[in-house]
Amino acid sequence: MTDSLIDIGLSRGLAVLIAKTLGVFALATVGLLWTFFCIWAERKVAARFQDRLGPNRAGPFGLAQTVADAIKIILKEDIMHQGVDRWVFNLAPILSVMSVLLIWVVIPFTPTLIGVDLSIGVLYLFAVGSLGSIAILMAGWSSNNKFALLGAFRAVAQLISYEVPMALAMLVPVVLAGSMSTQDIVRSQHVMYLIAAPLTVLIFIIASMAELGRAPFDILEAESELVAGYQTEYSGFKFGLFYVGEFLHAFTVGLLIAVLFLGGWRGPFAEDVPALGFVYLLLKSFVGYFAVMWIRMTLPRVRVDQILDLGWKFLVPLSLVNLIVVAFLWKILPGTDSINSAGDALVPSLVLLAANILMIAGVGMLLREEGRRERARIAARRAAQPVSEPGSVADAAPAGASD
Amino acid sequence: MELTVESLVFLLFSLITLGGALMVVTTRNLFHAALFLMLSLFGVAGLFALLTAPFLAGIQVVVYIGAIAILIIFAIMLTPQVTAVRPTNSQWIAGVVVAVVLFALLVSIVTPLMSELGVEGWSAVFTEKNPPPVPADSMARLGEAFVDPQGYMLPFEVASVLLMAALVGAVMLVRPARGAEDEAPQAGAQE
Amino acid sequence: MTVNEWIFVGLFLALAWLLPATPIILAKFLAPKRPNPIKQQVYECGVETTGNTWVQFRAQYYIYALVFLLFDVEIVFLFPWALAYNKLGLFALFEVVVFIVLLVVALLYTWRKRALEWSS
Repeated sequence: MTDSLIDIGLSRGLAVLIAKTLGVFALATVGLLWTFFCIWAERKVAARFQDRLGPNRAGPFGLAQTVADAIKIILKEDIMHQGVDRWVFNLAPILSVMSVLLIWVVIPFTPTLIGVDLSIGVLYLFAVGSLGSIAILMAGWSSNNKFALLGAFRAVAQLISYEVPMALAMLVPVVLAGSMSTQDIVRSQHVMYLIAAPLTVLIFIIASMAELGRAPFDILEAESELVAGYQTEYSGFKFGLFYVGEFLHAFTVGLLIAVLFLGGWRGPFAEDVPALGFVYLLLKSFVGYFAVMWIRMTLPRVRVDQILDLGWKFLVPLSLVNLIVVAFLWKILPGTDSINSAGDALVPSLVLLAANILMIAGVGMLLREEGRRERARIAARRAAQPVSEPGSVADAAPAGASD
Repeated sequence: MELTVESLVFLLFSLITLGGALMVVTTRNLFHAALFLMLSLFGVAGLFALLTAPFLAGIQVVVYIGAIAILIIFAIMLTPQVTAVRPTNSQWIAGVVVAVVLFALLVSIVTPLMSELGVEGWSAVFTEKNPPPVPADSMARLGEAFVDPQGYMLPFEVASVLLMAALVGAVMLVRPARGAEDEAPQAGAQE
Repeated sequence: MTVNEWIFVGLFLALAWLLPATPIILAKFLAPKRPNPIKQQVYECGVETTGNTWVQFRAQYYIYALVFLLFDVEIVFLFPWALAYNKLGLFALFEVVVFIVLLVVALLYTWRKRALEWSS
């Protein structure tokens, strides 16, 4: 496009600027409009999980439902009660959506189509993720509402606790590919990193779901406990923006899983027909997105102290050990610094897979032991106090609470 | 002074950085001060990006904005009656004078050094016409330098010790004795 | 002029916020505006607010933020190492293991001192 603009006679600088501006608007618009589809898909899938139909009145299969909801929410009154800090109050939802849209800038959609192939792609992802927590703090504080503020603090505590394992999990593709650029990571996945590092994928999914504020970690907006947490005082389209941000983020996590671990646009004939690469990416990201939705619909909510314990006492050490083991094996296996085809990558990937299975088995045994000990502790407590108390119900805590 | 696009962008980010910093010290609302600090730090990140130091720009956002600014906000919240505090300083005139003197001092130190740094003068500060090329693998080289015994290996490990000391110190400060914590309101796990 | 790779990101930051902001501005014109004293009250599960908005902020949040900061800086150190990893020898791995172990020791210390628990 730049070339066609130059041909019209514009100077090079201006042509680049215009082309990039159009690219920005195209990417942002597609990202935001895609949310409509995501929300519909989420509602349909959630409905099926709950043995009902979901929206099916507005438009074919209920596709227009989200559009109708969006129009409705724009027309709702935007109540800003007394004491609200107007500027911060208005900026927070926009920042929340922007922090998700910014992720789309480094996603490689096809071998040639990417917003910008930053040399620090993965670091950029990490940086943008931390912007979301600031938006939440702004929202909670500017609402001039005790519950919103409390909700914001809890939300930020949860978010920052899970950024560490998420970043450590994202480091594994960097080690395996030798580059932080997302396009390079996709290109180096002759064999999917899912096969070479399944434990990393697990850690990444768990950490991402906590970052999303999704069940089982949805204490952030626990409707039954904090009303809507930091979003309590928001109404109208600003609330809609938080909603949009959350669903878009969920799909973006699916995209990230696809890019970092499932091979992005890779697939048969993807290099020759770029559009095919885009289709592969979409399919793979839907697999990730469906996994996220599945977990959300299945698991009950976890208590906030259990969430933080899980993050710090289980996931952080586990992700560190995982990184070291993967790095160690990658170094001692021969030929890992010159992988050019699936054949080269096969043996190291399988060795890593075996190591991952061993690690998962080890972790599983550890958790089983811890679970057994926890049950014994609770049984002992119950035996000591024959009257049952609400607090002594057996926890389903996946990680041991320390004593 | 040439007015290229780069110099304009540099001007913009400098304004963001300096303007944000000015607002930090002059605004009355403590939370706004923290937000302006984040804006200022973001301006610095932009300056790094402009200087083709993407790694530094990235870690500026990750560490400063994503961690330190949040820590500062939490610390602000620990201050009781934060919304009632109206920070004023009766000595602000003296403060401005000191700031101007410091600025003049820094300028007088840097100006003779400019020829040594290869810069032609204050007007050249906006953009250098032929900046030395940045090696494409600068980050990989940084990684190699971190673990090179002739490079920065020792500072690398010492940094880890420093972080450990910081954490141990913080834990010691916040959890001094067992008894002191019992008066805190028992919000428990359900807050 | 070499095109800086960050132009796109800069333009994105400058322009892409307009897209979410547009419906908000639209709503300013389209949505009804009928403030009344009841709506202007702060929401507290339907009850009147008592006391001012500052809440008992616990030091525990600060500890979490502090531990996060430390691990954040650690990850920042790990990024260039991970990038250059393929060109480095096995010795590099041991050095980084030392680096990580020191921080894990700090985490274990925090754990044992009960500083990582939600309830004080």
